[in-house]
Amino acid sequence: MDNHNSGHSEHSEHNDGHIAEAHHPSYGINVLVWIGLIALTSITVSVSGINLGSLALTVALIIATVKTMFVINFFMHLKFDNKVFKIFVGVCMLIFIVVLVLTFFDLTFRYE
Amino acid sequence: MANGTIAVPHKAAEPDFYHVRTKHTGIWAWLLTTDHKRIGLMYLSAMTFFFLSAMTLGVLMRLEMLTPGETIMSAQTYNSFFTLHGVIMIFLFIIPGVPAVFGNFILPIQLGAKDVQFPKLNLLSWYLYMIGGILALFSLFIGTGIADTGWTFYAPYSIRTTTNVSISVFAAFILGFSSILTGLNFLTTIHRLRCPGMTWFRMPLFVWSIYATSWIQVLATPVIGITLLLVILERAFGIGVFDPTLGGDPLLFQHLFWIYSHPAVYIMILPAMGVVSEIIPTFSKKPIFGYVPIAISSLGIALVGYLVWGHHMFSSGISDTSRVIFSLLTFIVALPSGIKVFNWVATLYKGSIEVTAPMLFTLLFIFIFSIGGLTGLTLGALNTDLHLTDTYYVVAHFHYVMFGGMGLIFFASMHYWFPKMYGKMYNEKVAKVSAYWIAVGFNTLYFPMFIMGYLGMPRRYYDYLPEYQIWHVISTVGSWILVSGILIMVFNLVKGIRSGKPTTANPWGGTTLEWTVPSPPPLENFDVIPTVTTGPYDHTQMQKQLREQYKQQQKAEEEKN
Repeated sequence: MDNHNSGHSEHSEHNDGHIAEAHHPSYGINVLVWIGLIALTSITVSVSGINLGSLALTVALIIATVKTMFVINFFMHLKFDNKVFKIFVGVCMLIFIVVLVLTFFDLTFRYE
Repeated sequence: MANGTIAVPHKAAEPDFYHVRTKHTGIWAWLLTTDHKRIGLMYLSAMTFFFLSAMTLGVLMRLEMLTPGETIMSAQTYNSFFTLHGVIMIFLFIIPGVPAVFGNFILPIQLGAKDVQFPKLNLLSWYLYMIGGILALFSLFIGTGIADTGWTFYAPYSIRTTTNVSISVFAAFILGFSSILTGLNFLTTIHRLRCPGMTWFRMPLFVWSIYATSWIQVLATPVIGITLLLVILERAFGIGVFDPTLGGDPLLFQHLFWIYSHPAVYIMILPAMGVVSEIIPTFSKKPIFGYVPIAISSLGIALVGYLVWGHHMFSSGISDTSRVIFSLLTFIVALPSGIKVFNWVATLYKGSIEVTAPMLFTLLFIFIFSIGGLTGLTLGALNTDLHLTDTYYVVAHFHYVMFGGMGLIFFASMHYWFPKMYGKMYNEKVAKVSAYWIAVGFNTLYFPMFIMGYLGMPRRYYDYLPEYQIWHVISTVGSWILVSGILIMVFNLVKGIRSGKPTTANPWGGTTLEWTVPSPPPLENFDVIPTVTTGPYDHTQMQKQLREQYKQQQKAEEEKN
């Protein structure tokens, strides 16, 4: 019974979904992203050897966020997808960041 | 005409979903069904069983508290009972309750759809729910006994206790998957399967509430999933994430647990609020006051609800900075809840109010939930919380909000959509008596807990000082009244299913799409997908009819005179 009356709403989402499939990134771009991810992983490993104090976690999280953006945008095709999905992912990321910040209000000031 | 719909009459001979011929027959027609209505009813059957089981545990716990010292069970049994009572009630009844039963049965029809977007996934969700439920009950009979941690599984005790924590935790983990898949299914259904003309602001408010709930289910549940898995790994391999002796942080467990479990409170209450927004306009015979604010406030509650988890940890040793921030955020979440309550009351104003059983349960909800909400403010304030935390005051507040909120509205929904689900009617008088009976029992059971909590009675103890006994006795008597009220209600509903009078498609004069289809609905709900032309609570047609009736009555009286 799947999709028996889909398309009554948000026709544009549906159509754009088909258009999006025609805009896959080329193999060249995929390979470049892959190399980028390996480079960022190397940076994460290298930076972990340097004593950055309380900044160490922030740096690791920033690098991980950049890697996530690469994977979501290119390997998971978000860059070529409909706006509504970008909003969904954006809202999720925002909530995640806020949750993280609120948790750190505890950790950072707990022993003061 | 509901929802300003261009309705298409159903073929007279079309059988309802109970009697339609399908590929499978007998029990298999249920166990292998992908029909959202049958799946909703399967959830209802399972939940009724789980609810009655957990209720029995609750009554036995209250009986234990009748006298100081050991009355009918040992301390260890008491600890296991309150854990199992909590796990079953929270994870198997309150969290999935309204969305799984009424979301499944009613939501696709309210959207003008033939089913949910992924019917097979819907059935899988039910199986996951059953596996999780059976596993939770299974932990009763195997290994070293039922978990004794409380439903919150706080570390480091949950890591060290020799009771069956791993199985209970794994049960909750599986139930989480069921919840995520149901949320995903409803989100997709709401985005993709709205009938023509059903714009976002023409959706019934029940759909809006399920939409907000589904987002919480999808975004917050994975957090508890990974947390519970970490507890199992910690118990099995001592990985040292939460255990302070291994360098772990037990407060991290509390953060992660409440990052899910506080939004989960809104998974519990938001759908119930959606039902209230359906019942009040129907029985006030007028459009809901403040449709858009109510719809947006659902999203507001879902969003702010994410950010208040720290108020469960005020006395656990978190930083002062975060205590202040979380306290402030907690007060902010009262705003969207307040918007809803004021709009419901404003809808009642000058309405033609008909106090039927579902409406009675709803009015009781507004009264009881308001007490729950206001007593929550004393727990959200830092200074009073330190006095009241971990006392019976918290138990009372929690039950006023959860049972008085979701529980009463679950009962209201059962009565409101009963004719739609079964095509029959229950005994209205008995239903009203049971509602009053439940209200008396509820307040006798839980209100003394506010008092003894304020006086310092700690929660989760099977023993107490003699000066608290009077409050415990009143509370235990309340539990007997409440349970007898619930049993009267259940008996009346079961009798209605078996031998109730047949009813019509729209016995209440409802205006949303489910009232345009026969009771019970046919397999695919609609012969032709309807087209919606107005908002969901347009009573103009009905008001015209009432005006005509009034004129005719007047005329008849004049002629008599």
